[in-house]
Amino acid sequence: MSTDMQAKQPIMTARNVDVFYGKKQAIDNVSLDIPENQITALIGPSGCGKSTFLRCFNRMNDTIQICRVKGDIQFAGQDIYDPKVDVVALRSRIGMVFQKANPFPKSIFDNVAYGPRIHSLSESKDHLEDIVITSLKRAGLYDEVSDRLDEPGTSLSGGQQQRLCIARAIAVDPQIILMDEPCSALDPIATAIIEELMDSMKEKYTIVIVTHSMQQAARVSQQTAFFHLGELVESGDTEAIFTNPEQERTQNYISGRIG
Amino acid sequence: MNESQDLTLRRASRLSQLREYAIQGALIACSLVAIFTTIGIVASLAFEAIRFFGKIPIQSFLFGLEWSPQTAIRSDQVGASGAFGVLPLLTGTLLISFIAMAVATPLGLLSAVYLAEFANAKTRNLVKPMLELLAGIPTVVYGFFAALVVAPLIRGGGAEFGLQISSESALAAGSVMGIMLVPYISSLSDDVINAVPQAIRDASYGMGATHTETVTQVVLPAATPGIIGSLLLAISRAIGETMIVVMAAGLAANLTANPFEAVTTMTVQIVTLLTGDQEFDSAKTLAAFAIALFLLVLTLGLNIIALRLVDKYKRKYA
Amino acid sequence: MPDYLLTTSPQMAKRHARHTRFQWYGRIAIGISISFMLLMFTAIFFRGIGAFQKTMVAVDVQFTESQIDPSGARDATSLKQANYKPILLQGLQQVIPGATERRDRNNLYKILSNGAAFDLGERVANNPDLIGTSERVWVAASSEVDLYVKGKIDPEEIPEELRRLKDQDIAWVEILRASGQIKKKFNTAFFTSGDSRNPEMAGILSAALGSFFSLLICFLIAFPLGILTAVYLEEYAKKSRLTDIIEVNINNLAAVPSIVFGLLGLAIFLNFFNLPRSTPLVGGMVLALMTLPTIIIASRSILRSVPQATRDAALGLGASKTQTTFHHVVPLAMPGMLTGTILGMARALGETAPLLMIGMVAFIVDVPKGVTDVATALPVQIFLWADSPEKGFVELTSAAIMVLLTFLILMNIFAVYLRKKLERRW
Repeated sequence: MSTDMQAKQPIMTARNVDVFYGKKQAIDNVSLDIPENQITALIGPSGCGKSTFLRCFNRMNDTIQICRVKGDIQFAGQDIYDPKVDVVALRSRIGMVFQKANPFPKSIFDNVAYGPRIHSLSESKDHLEDIVITSLKRAGLYDEVSDRLDEPGTSLSGGQQQRLCIARAIAVDPQIILMDEPCSALDPIATAIIEELMDSMKEKYTIVIVTHSMQQAARVSQQTAFFHLGELVESGDTEAIFTNPEQERTQNYISGRIG
Repeated sequence: MNESQDLTLRRASRLSQLREYAIQGALIACSLVAIFTTIGIVASLAFEAIRFFGKIPIQSFLFGLEWSPQTAIRSDQVGASGAFGVLPLLTGTLLISFIAMAVATPLGLLSAVYLAEFANAKTRNLVKPMLELLAGIPTVVYGFFAALVVAPLIRGGGAEFGLQISSESALAAGSVMGIMLVPYISSLSDDVINAVPQAIRDASYGMGATHTETVTQVVLPAATPGIIGSLLLAISRAIGETMIVVMAAGLAANLTANPFEAVTTMTVQIVTLLTGDQEFDSAKTLAAFAIALFLLVLTLGLNIIALRLVDKYKRKYA
Repeated sequence: MPDYLLTTSPQMAKRHARHTRFQWYGRIAIGISISFMLLMFTAIFFRGIGAFQKTMVAVDVQFTESQIDPSGARDATSLKQANYKPILLQGLQQVIPGATERRDRNNLYKILSNGAAFDLGERVANNPDLIGTSERVWVAASSEVDLYVKGKIDPEEIPEELRRLKDQDIAWVEILRASGQIKKKFNTAFFTSGDSRNPEMAGILSAALGSFFSLLICFLIAFPLGILTAVYLEEYAKKSRLTDIIEVNINNLAAVPSIVFGLLGLAIFLNFFNLPRSTPLVGGMVLALMTLPTIIIASRSILRSVPQATRDAALGLGASKTQTTFHHVVPLAMPGMLTGTILGMARALGETAPLLMIGMVAFIVDVPKGVTDVATALPVQIFLWADSPEKGFVELTSAAIMVLLTFLILMNIFAVYLRKKLERRW
């Protein structure tokens, strides 16, 4: 496994990233590589900045006026914060699943079809239907909703809604999917379903997940990065981080002494 | 020592208890004025309307196609020679309201969307009060402007294009009424749009939608029930409007859909029938109450539906 | 980076263009609404500003006793009613000697307003010492002359047969102007007289007072009723069928067309209770019922914003419900409730339809002195003048609208000022 990781080029790299909310610094000089077709977990106590850092990758921080991002984040050979990069197009390559499931108040079909429609990804109605069904299958939701695609997305259970959001993100065929604590509002069974889903998804997509549960990080990810007070304390092979961390702070967090 | 103090205490509290009840009673009495007003309105309209329907059968009122209110001048004249069908009035009202909404809806919605989604705080703080100002201008001023400036302009403009537009047209009254309605639509829609949760906006941005795509394909569809509620309230306001139509529309009861003709509305007829010299009992004056009852049912009905829609929408996102 | 991810890509260009266009739609919509408003204000301003001046004609008159008071009794009434037309005519003929024929004399006199003679009568009755003297008096010109001097009638454009002011009349006016006997002066009559059939004599005083008295009654009824209802619903009432019905009623009343309130006034106040028709008393009552829902709804939201801590503190000290409410909560809420009421009054000031229904539409010359005097209201006066065929009334209507809008602006400013001044940070 480790040799596989070293051979590939990282799909995204971050170098010396600082993030400020007004005068307050939330992220301090973080550098991290995101390996392709793997799950990278960002862990750390609450308020340590991991969500903020995650949102740098698809420039969602742009929607917050007082937020300033400095540093170099590279994707497809280009700094994504360069003015000549079209952020709208970028977000079709780097998708996001949020903490609380937020399906649109539309039908299940229209939820998943939204992305392909605005990016004009389908050539015909049949093609669009294909995309929707494939995405729902890949998100492991199709069997449960195949007979009621016209019903509102909000009529599903919490876990199903989150899988709908995953299907929605998949429908635009992104390369990277960012997940911000996707299971924190779900019960253990729904969580397990989604974790299993993530494992199958990594064959096609690269996943970066923020989680407050160390156990989840240990279960699903291949690479883990530990954040504390806005700094990247340590990152590396998940197994290594959890069994033999190099930093003391990492050790303290994992053993429950901090956070 | 304790005993006398206790007695004093007890007596004082009984008095203040009574005072509490008296004040509470007075307050309830004040609140009942609202109910009495509604009862008064319904009673006065219904009472006179029933007297009217004693003279003119209700079917000919509701389904009659002609409105020319005459009554017998001499007591030995056979029957009333007038026609009291409300339909031409209804079509006039609806025609003008339709024109008004055709003007107000795009202007109001686009303004609301722009102010809620795109404008910066400085622009919002400048423009919003200016739009509210439109709602504060008395309708008699709108009516004067419509009759004095807009109607001749439309007639002159129509003449240039070879159209025969009367000097009192539904178009003139309707378009001015439309501007008057803009703040009603824009202010209510603004509230409704702002109530759409940020979460689904984020979801849309996260998928690579532009701001406009998010607004038109996610936010507005989500806000639709509330927006429809605001439109219904505006229509209700348009139907009940009096002065603009009295001053700029006409008195001719036409059963027409042509915006270039003069039409009359229910409110105009109520004014015409009651501001003249006739005894209170004649069918003409009673007809005004019948029209008003019809008008009241229509506007209240619209309002109830509108409020229920807005309520349902608010509860969905509360 | 692949092309389509850059801002230069054509695929994205269309979507971004739609975004820019959509924003422009919004700006244009706002622009149209505001331009319309500005257009309306400008049109009315330019049509109305002229009304604040009135064309006056200077006539050298001789107050010959034989003409005015042959009996020498100096009785005020007969002084007022004497025939001043010959006196004025003589004065005019001094400047325009050619007008000797009967028809010419009539036309010459028509340069002056119908009220000129009446005016002279008032002056002599107030000051009988004028009799026997000669003086240069300034009297109002007729409406046609007034409009001509203000440049609102262009003799070149309209052929003579279609004008009231004939070429000969114009020539006479120019002679008078050349000798400095025609001037535009400030139109005090606009503010000091009541309505009149002649535009040059008409004023807004009776309408303004009618509005004032109506609003006074409206305030005296609606403010206490509204405040107390709001207090009851917010502070005392527990959720019950009764309070639900009251709330539904208030919300519905807020949506009832204003004309229906007028009909309520007609049917119940005028016909059932036989209250005097056309008076500010009934007008104020109708306006009060109309404004009540607005005041109640606004006051309730103010009361709701008073922090619960205030009430708890008072109750904790042993204050009764009434004491808590009226000694603590209401004073804190009062600035906001007062502001809401004044804004409601401002709306009521502009209402016309309900007042038409209760008869405040008659031609009122006399100035009302109390709430039971027959009166009209400012917006109704505007409506009546707008309907009048004479051209001179266009100016007056516009000026009256300017006065009405000024009152509205002042009331709004006062409401905001009041809120700022009395606001207490809690």
